[in-house]
Amino acid sequence: MKRLSLVLAALSFLVLAGCSTTGDVATETVEDEAPRQEVETTDTEARAVEDTEALEGDPLDDPSSPLANRVVYFAFDSSELSSDDIALLEAHARHLANNPDLRVVVEGHTDERGSKEYNLALGERRANAAVRILTLNGVGQNQVESVSFGEEEPVALGSNEEAWAQNRRAELVYSNR
Amino acid sequence: MDQRKQPRFLRAFIAAALVVAYALTGNAQGQLMLDITGGVERAVPIAVVPFQVEEGSAKPAHDIAEIIGANLRRSGKFEPLSNRELIARPSQLSDVRFQQWRALGIDNLIIGAIRETDDGRYELRFELLDVYTQARVAGRRYRVSPQSLRPLAHNISDIIYEALTGVPGAFNTRISYIEVDHRDDNTRRHKLILADADGHNPETVLTSRQPIMSPAWSPDRRQIAYVSFEENRRSAVYIQTVATGERERIASFRGINSAPAWSPDGKRLALTLSRDGSPNIYVYDVDTRDMTRITNSSAIDTEPTWSPDGKTLYFTSDRGGPPQIYRVSSNGGRVQRVTFEGSYNARPALSPDGRRLAMVHRDDGGFRIAVMDLRTRELRVLTDGSNDESPSFAPNGEMIVYSRIRGAQSQLATVSLYGRANIGLPVLGDRVQNPSWSPR
Repeated sequence: MKRLSLVLAALSFLVLAGCSTTGDVATETVEDEAPRQEVETTDTEARAVEDTEALEGDPLDDPSSPLANRVVYFAFDSSELSSDDIALLEAHARHLANNPDLRVVVEGHTDERGSKEYNLALGERRANAAVRILTLNGVGQNQVESVSFGEEEPVALGSNEEAWAQNRRAELVYSNR
Repeated sequence: MDQRKQPRFLRAFIAAALVVAYALTGNAQGQLMLDITGGVERAVPIAVVPFQVEEGSAKPAHDIAEIIGANLRRSGKFEPLSNRELIARPSQLSDVRFQQWRALGIDNLIIGAIRETDDGRYELRFELLDVYTQARVAGRRYRVSPQSLRPLAHNISDIIYEALTGVPGAFNTRISYIEVDHRDDNTRRHKLILADADGHNPETVLTSRQPIMSPAWSPDRRQIAYVSFEENRRSAVYIQTVATGERERIASFRGINSAPAWSPDGKRLALTLSRDGSPNIYVYDVDTRDMTRITNSSAIDTEPTWSPDGKTLYFTSDRGGPPQIYRVSSNGGRVQRVTFEGSYNARPALSPDGRRLAMVHRDDGGFRIAVMDLRTRELRVLTDGSNDESPSFAPNGEMIVYSRIRGAQSQLATVSLYGRANIGLPVLGDRVQNPSWSPR
């Protein structure tokens, strides 16, 4: 389940990252943890950055880092965060505060139940709840943005509590790394 | 259900008046039919005999009688006999042996014939017959192109419906909706589609990799307002002119830009923006492009819809806890709660006469389409799905189109207020959702 969310989060990031990315490439990239390679093939300056980072490793790419988890979940018609999720968001907040050039988009989502336009508003409230934790913990207003997709972008396509629970979420999407 | 028992003389008077008004069509039998059902919501059997294709003529691409029968069935007021129940297949009045149909308990019979003409068009005639008076209630002749056969079948359905019920039909109208297809490469295609009210003749007017939501017809049917995430994956409200495909982005503020709804005069659009913090209702003036804030709450206010006189907006809000429906003057001011029954009422849609409010209502079984009588406050649940959404009234107020969502699949369906005929529309696609019924 955790692993699945991670893959889904990574997948949705990759889909976001470039509209031209095909499904095949995206799948491959997830398996090979390849985003780093993309950085290496850019210009010299970027490669220099890559060299230093290679020593420390980008915690966002480290599956054992708490930052590898970028999704928080909600109860039906709720935007309340659990204490675990708040702790996760605080970890991201520290990372963002320490790296003020990083930008993150928090995407809010709902399950399919209830009305679509209300759900779009509910998704925004969820995204905002996560953003609030980030900004309260030192993340700059210019680093974060919330976007809602309501029930339009489910990650699980069932009509049962398990699928709904996976879809009621806010995802952190790092946009410039 | 609305039709009260009327004294015979009044019926006769109405019938006489209508005979004058409509030449061929009369209304007397319609009233009689409804008296017989006496408020019990029961579909009345009717016979729609397959139209005779005249000898030597090519069979037309569309079965006119089948289209008419399907329309009447979806109205909830009629139950057309199946073809194998038909005891005879007359095509003209002189062939009809009325006592046979009377024995079947049929009040009305629809017959007709069609033939291809030398210039590739079709000549078609239909007759609506009353089994008891053995008279013709309505009938017409047409000459149309093959492409016009389906619209003509809807037009004939409207004539029959009005002749029998006294209420104008809404079969010759359109719906707009969103189709979402899941691709093998893990992307989605979202399409804004316009189709006939029975789901046929779909026409895609916008395709996007990003979500499209909330289509809304302008009162003159010339434009559609909708929400699209095409620009940088952010919601924005667009107005598109149907005939030209030309479009304009009217709201792309920070936060959500959502839920457009045209005022009855087409001069304003109510919509939801969260640009000033939480989602609130705004009114956009189409000419001046002024955006006026109507509600002022820190809760969610969304899904505005107009009363027919344009004076009141109904909307969804969770200001009091779970979502309920509220109303406010379209100039702003004091907000009043409208729904109290149930733990979740959202997405209001007002009937064209302003008397009924359709909504998404949560009951024990799930999220369903319910209708509330605004005078008596009586709430009736019309559908039985687990996740029914996006109700939109037909322009005659007698039916509602909505979407039934079930995981990866969703379907459009119509439900009638009378008789509650709840029937899926034959529309393809992985997910078909967010329907909106056009005005007439």
